[in-house]
Amino acid sequence: MKKTSTTIKGASKHFWVLLLMAALIVTYSCSSASKMIDLPYSSPAVTQLDNVMAPSPDPRVGLKAGLFDAGEATWNLEVLSATPPPKDFLGVTNSDLAFKGKYAIQGNYNGVIIWDISNPAEPKVVREYICPASQSDVSVYENLMFVSGEGSSGRLDCGTEGVDKAVSKDRLRGIRIFDITDIENPKYISNVQTCRGSHTHSVLKDPSDDENVYVYVSGSAGVRPEEELPGCSAAQPEEDPNSALFRIEVIKVPLANPEMAKIVSSPRIFENLDAPPRHGMSPADYPALEAAKKNGAFIVDFNGQETVLPDSYAKQMLSGIVAKRGGTGEPTAADSVQLREELPGIIAAMFGGGEDGKEPARKGPTQCHDITLYPEIGLAGGACEGYGLLLDISNPANPVRIDAVADSNFSYWHSATFNNEGNKVIFTDEWGGGGQPKCREGDPMEWGANAIFTIEDGKMKFEEYYKMPAPQTTEENCVAHNGSMIPVPGRDIMVQAWYQGGISIFDWTDVNNPVEIAFHDRGPVAADRMQMGGSWSVYWYNGSIVSSEIARGLDIFDLTPSPYLTENEIAAAKSIELTYLNAQGQPKFEWPTTFALARAYTDQLAREEGLAAGSVDVVRQGLVNAENASPSVRKKVLTKLADTVESYAGNSNNATKVKMLADTVRELGSKP
Amino acid sequence: MKASKRKINLGSRISIVVLLVFVGWSCKSTEATTSTATASNSSEKAKLEELYWAKIDSSRMNFIQADVDFMTGMIGHHAQALIMSDLAPKNGANAQVQTLASRIINAQKDEIAAMQKWLRDRKQPVPEVHIDGLNLMIHGAGGDHSDHMSMAGMLTQEQLTELSEAKNENFDKLFLKYMIQHHSGALTMVNKLINTDGAVQDEEAFKLSADINVDQITEIERMKLMLSELSSKDEVE
Repeated sequence: MKKTSTTIKGASKHFWVLLLMAALIVTYSCSSASKMIDLPYSSPAVTQLDNVMAPSPDPRVGLKAGLFDAGEATWNLEVLSATPPPKDFLGVTNSDLAFKGKYAIQGNYNGVIIWDISNPAEPKVVREYICPASQSDVSVYENLMFVSGEGSSGRLDCGTEGVDKAVSKDRLRGIRIFDITDIENPKYISNVQTCRGSHTHSVLKDPSDDENVYVYVSGSAGVRPEEELPGCSAAQPEEDPNSALFRIEVIKVPLANPEMAKIVSSPRIFENLDAPPRHGMSPADYPALEAAKKNGAFIVDFNGQETVLPDSYAKQMLSGIVAKRGGTGEPTAADSVQLREELPGIIAAMFGGGEDGKEPARKGPTQCHDITLYPEIGLAGGACEGYGLLLDISNPANPVRIDAVADSNFSYWHSATFNNEGNKVIFTDEWGGGGQPKCREGDPMEWGANAIFTIEDGKMKFEEYYKMPAPQTTEENCVAHNGSMIPVPGRDIMVQAWYQGGISIFDWTDVNNPVEIAFHDRGPVAADRMQMGGSWSVYWYNGSIVSSEIARGLDIFDLTPSPYLTENEIAAAKSIELTYLNAQGQPKFEWPTTFALARAYTDQLAREEGLAAGSVDVVRQGLVNAENASPSVRKKVLTKLADTVESYAGNSNNATKVKMLADTVRELGSKP
Repeated sequence: MKASKRKINLGSRISIVVLLVFVGWSCKSTEATTSTATASNSSEKAKLEELYWAKIDSSRMNFIQADVDFMTGMIGHHAQALIMSDLAPKNGANAQVQTLASRIINAQKDEIAAMQKWLRDRKQPVPEVHIDGLNLMIHGAGGDHSDHMSMAGMLTQEQLTELSEAKNENFDKLFLKYMIQHHSGALTMVNKLINTDGAVQDEEAFKLSADINVDQITEIERMKLMLSELSSKDEVE
């Protein structure tokens, strides 16, 4: 059901408001000791997410092609700026982003571009640093900047001429370290070379170690020749225990002496992935299982997943039962019942509970693509080839795998994003590596998509897929890529890049029903050919949504209020201020207690019908009155309001959120 | 100070007026920030676009014959994977194998197109793929049939026939076995390329080869897993 706001129509609004206030002052009679007037308040329109009215037909379909003049479609977003890259970086791939203070640092295969984004409507390039290497994945920590080099043409001296030998002492594949004490003048201070280069990396600040940071290096390209970097071996681990395969690299960077950075461990976090892990069936598989159940098929629990026992085995087992009772001929109904009862035991006996390694030990993936670190919850999500891994990172130098999932849709796991609470995680399937058009009409919605998992007791459970829903042309590279959480309190909302599929903002609070609530898209870079472009990554940073456009430069957006995300919810999100951001080192958001926060929860309770309409009005009234009252009156009003809200919890379908609102109101009241 | 860019509805305007009255909150109007998307004028943009395409064109000159040979060869290599995968639905493959086969078809068709584009952009001969049942013909790139049949991991015509005659679970096992062989051959080709002096300096070539490398490693691992699951089922029987 769509709810609309109470609005007052009329041209002379200011006069009207003053008149209304005067009338209120005159007529208001207050029951409490303090004199209080009821001020007018607004009730934003809210709509439940199962009734989202997306623009139809989808305006992302059929957009005109163009590099700087492509057709654009925008929903619930505003483009604040779209700034082309500096000339030396034009025509070269823009890659990932990191943020520090008022600066956005944009990787480019030609080096690094540093932007001052303090005015998001007019970002300014403050430094172009030429130092070619793909993918120039960037991160920051305090006065340090880290840049990934993976491609064969990266040079130690930042030269642009490439490296013309397969074995060369000039090649850099690994991590470059810069001092950015003066961010507009980065100083290149050190390198750490790695066997497979660095496709991406993640910086881990251990909350209990203030002297070091750790860089987890992921590289998916080939292993360098041993002659170029001693110790590099592409042999299988059983042939060479020092193989560069099947491991990640952990670099320890002493903050006082960053030039001493070196690899401290190469954890083999994939070893013994012997129980074939899977996230379970895709939704399309369930009807088949249900149909089999209806037809009386025998169902077995195999590695924690319901599987239909093939007819041939069933027949064999039934004949066994018949033989055991000394019978002959066809099994009876009683034999069937007996088999159903005995089946779990039989399966357990056959597979020994799966513990004793009947199967050869599997080595699992050879590398990870992205590892997202979430130190506050002590976990990391590793997107590692065919597996999504959950890692315990409480000991930063020695991450330990605690769970692994694989996907029946054969996804290639590329990146991970946790929700703020850390009880859900999204893995993306960057199928085709980002250079292919995987969002065409006929491409399955489960391929090249996000897979959403819940996490309980260190175990991941598959829930649903999400893929940007607008079909794209064959001229547009499109697949799930990098994004971040938007800190809307009480909800899980992510903004995500889909290359030339544009930017999609979706709510995944309900893991089984992810819903798109905003988007931006452009037509293809070129009308007649697939030319790499689109959003490489898009992140929320201190109120702005910043996107690195591969071909077109830097885009900055603002959220526009809608019934699916109100002005109050946006204001609460904007109350979060970070001093820096590496999206692969996820920060935990803690919202300051503000009226915006209380109103955001109120809007959500109105949307989700967690409070009756009358109760919502009481809360809105109390908040506006308190906000404009003297400190002592405010305290009283808020304390009373908190009690009132708490009393609503019993009758609510969302007592938890009502309690969160009550706590926020109470804290607001205790503020000086 | 951050500007506010909201489309303010009447209800919230009233609140704002009230706030202005009570606490002197300052708020920039909507209009201040809407016109910046077109900061550069159109002639500047046209010049930039010209420069962009000039740079893209010149970036395509940074390749050697080994890169060309890799692309040309890999097109034929991928084409055989299409022949193998096309068999899956007809030969009674199980659901998992069919999903895998359709994913291989989708991925490798796209990669063939990308490699053809790479060659076309660099004014090199572009191989065209023709598939007739189990027969693969490659036109337009010189060489002959035996060139592409001798690449690492390629199935012999006898192996292809064997696969085409296998049914149901036998097909599944043989398909996985041969596709692992086939994919491993692709990895050998990538490995050879990156160990060639002067090769993969071109970013597109690096990306294509690295993506093929990692995608096929992933699929090999998955196929090994599927194969071992099929074999362990056999032990039950």
